[in-house]
Amino acid sequence: MRFTGRIWRVGDNIDTDVIIAGRYLNTINPAELAVHVFEDLDPAFPARLQPGDVIVAGRNFGCGSSREHAPLALKAAGVACVVADSFARIFYRNAINIGLAIVEAPGAAAIFGEMDEAEIDLAGGRIRNLSTGNTLDVAPYPDFIQQIVRAGGLIPYVQAKVREMGVNPRP
Amino acid sequence: MGMTITEKILASRAGRAEIRPGDLVSVPVDVILANDITGPLAIHEFRKIGVEKVCDPAKVILVPDHFAPNKDIKAAEQCRILRDFAREQGLTHYFEVGRMGIEHALLPEKGLVVPGDVIIGADSHTCTYGALGAFSTGIGSTDLAAAMAIGEIWFKVPESMRFEFTGTLPEWVGGKDLILNTIGRIGVDGARYRAMEFTGPALRALLMDDRFTMANMAIEAGAKSGIFHVDEFTLAYVEERATRPYRVFSSDEDAAYVETHTIDAGGLEPQVAFPHSPANVRPVSEGRGIEIEQVVIGSCTNGRLSDLRIAAGLLAGRTVHPRVRTMVIPATQEIYLQAMSEGLLRVFVEAGAAVSTPTCGPCLGGHMGVLAEGERCVATTNRNFLGRMGHPSSEIYLAGPAVAAASAVLGRIAHPGEVAA
Ligand code: SF4
Repeated sequence: MRFTGRIWRVGDNIDTDVIIAGRYLNTINPAELAVHVFEDLDPAFPARLQPGDVIVAGRNFGCGSSREHAPLALKAAGVACVVADSFARIFYRNAINIGLAIVEAPGAAAIFGEMDEAEIDLAGGRIRNLSTGNTLDVAPYPDFIQQIVRAGGLIPYVQAKVREMGVNPRP
Repeated sequence: MGMTITEKILASRAGRAEIRPGDLVSVPVDVILANDITGPLAIHEFRKIGVEKVCDPAKVILVPDHFAPNKDIKAAEQCRILRDFAREQGLTHYFEVGRMGIEHALLPEKGLVVPGDVIIGADSHTCTYGALGAFSTGIGSTDLAAAMAIGEIWFKVPESMRFEFTGTLPEWVGGKDLILNTIGRIGVDGARYRAMEFTGPALRALLMDDRFTMANMAIEAGAKSGIFHVDEFTLAYVEERATRPYRVFSSDEDAAYVETHTIDAGGLEPQVAFPHSPANVRPVSEGRGIEIEQVVIGSCTNGRLSDLRIAAGLLAGRTVHPRVRTMVIPATQEIYLQAMSEGLLRVFVEAGAAVSTPTCGPCLGGHMGVLAEGERCVATTNRNFLGRMGHPSSEIYLAGPAVAAASAVLGRIAHPGEVAA
């Protein structure tokens, strides 16, 4: 998987409350959530975000609440990928599970500026700032995570597992 | 080499004699918890998996507590999804409004989580149950859906960090102050992916309520879990409640820790986390001049009986400052009832505080105390993120119940000693 996108920069310790505020959690509709993404950071943010954009963050992106509404909202808003120096663990699992592309790349925040153009090469394990030429190698996902990613998320992965195990199938 | 309590629980559940940090294990779970925010999404995903029934109707526990009692029509629909699913699946444990509580106060109280358990919940504060010597961690809705179907979940075995609390707790310093101080030292990602093991002589003096408070906030340092060893106080708590057999594990003498921190509890003042990070922690004396408009005493962190007793002790015979709105939210119906029979609720109402039925309510900016632009609040909750409790320019100062009650009286951040003196 290889694609290019425009960069939005956010800082360290971006929590899931800031990605999607608690007051909007009375729905699970991704489209309704998407229009409020990062609203408390900047009310104009949701309108400026375009499909294919890439978020580049510092450390511990997605900390705090376990709300899966956060990666869902980012995905529904058209975010192609979140690149961060590091991710909080629940967000990391959630993003993998729902099929939002994420790249953990220590040092990423330092080589990308707002509005730079990024090239993300997931298969090749490399991210590149097309605006400056800087590149960064990225470690591949652990094997087990790759299986989930290849299946298209946790639900398809578990569907297969359930068929294998033969647990109380739906008639 | 020996194993930590966390490694032993996971090894036992994985059916292995030995386990090391970094190992990937798939383990059966004892409790699968969701609420009215995360549950509907989990149920939506569960429907796609292709199974008719949840793995075990006694393990899946649903608690509508965040926007319940229903704050608006959409919230009412979300709560209905939980209720209908509970009925359809014949769940043993569904807690309806009027019989419910904030999930992380409710489950231990009802004896639904016990030592040695592996517990997952689609709520980040599921780490609370580590106070009972269980492995307990928060996950998202899709992970929960998968576990509802197959009854197990995969984990990377976390490295453990050891926190040793020494000294004697000064007056007005409790579990909340210890955990705030800890997070202040290591930062909001200081324990990322790790298990925080709390130990040391200072913790002996802590009530179970305080231990729940501490384990609850492990996630605020990024931890996968927080855990305490089982002692006679844990056993006394568990014995009168447990609905299932339990198993006591403990760390070996030669268990390996990635880091060990020693914290002298004897030298601590009550602590306050300033906006907008639970790691922005300072002694209360540094906040003294800060005027506030609201106080919230409640949540899965500090809405338990001992918290209400401390707050009532300071509010008895005094009144809430004219500028301040004070909300007291007992975390469960049992706590509410006990607070009523002890006369605590009367103290709160007479002091000019509002007493609410159990709910998360203001803690996540839902209802029952949302903040207006620029307003400041002292809260006994666990998160003071930007906009968490309302308007993005509002400010939340996290503290224990004593600081919260004292601040309510004086209309500014206050040391409890200023009021009690
Ligand atoms: S009280 Fe607050 S932190 Fe606790 S479960 Fe409810 S919303 Fe989450």
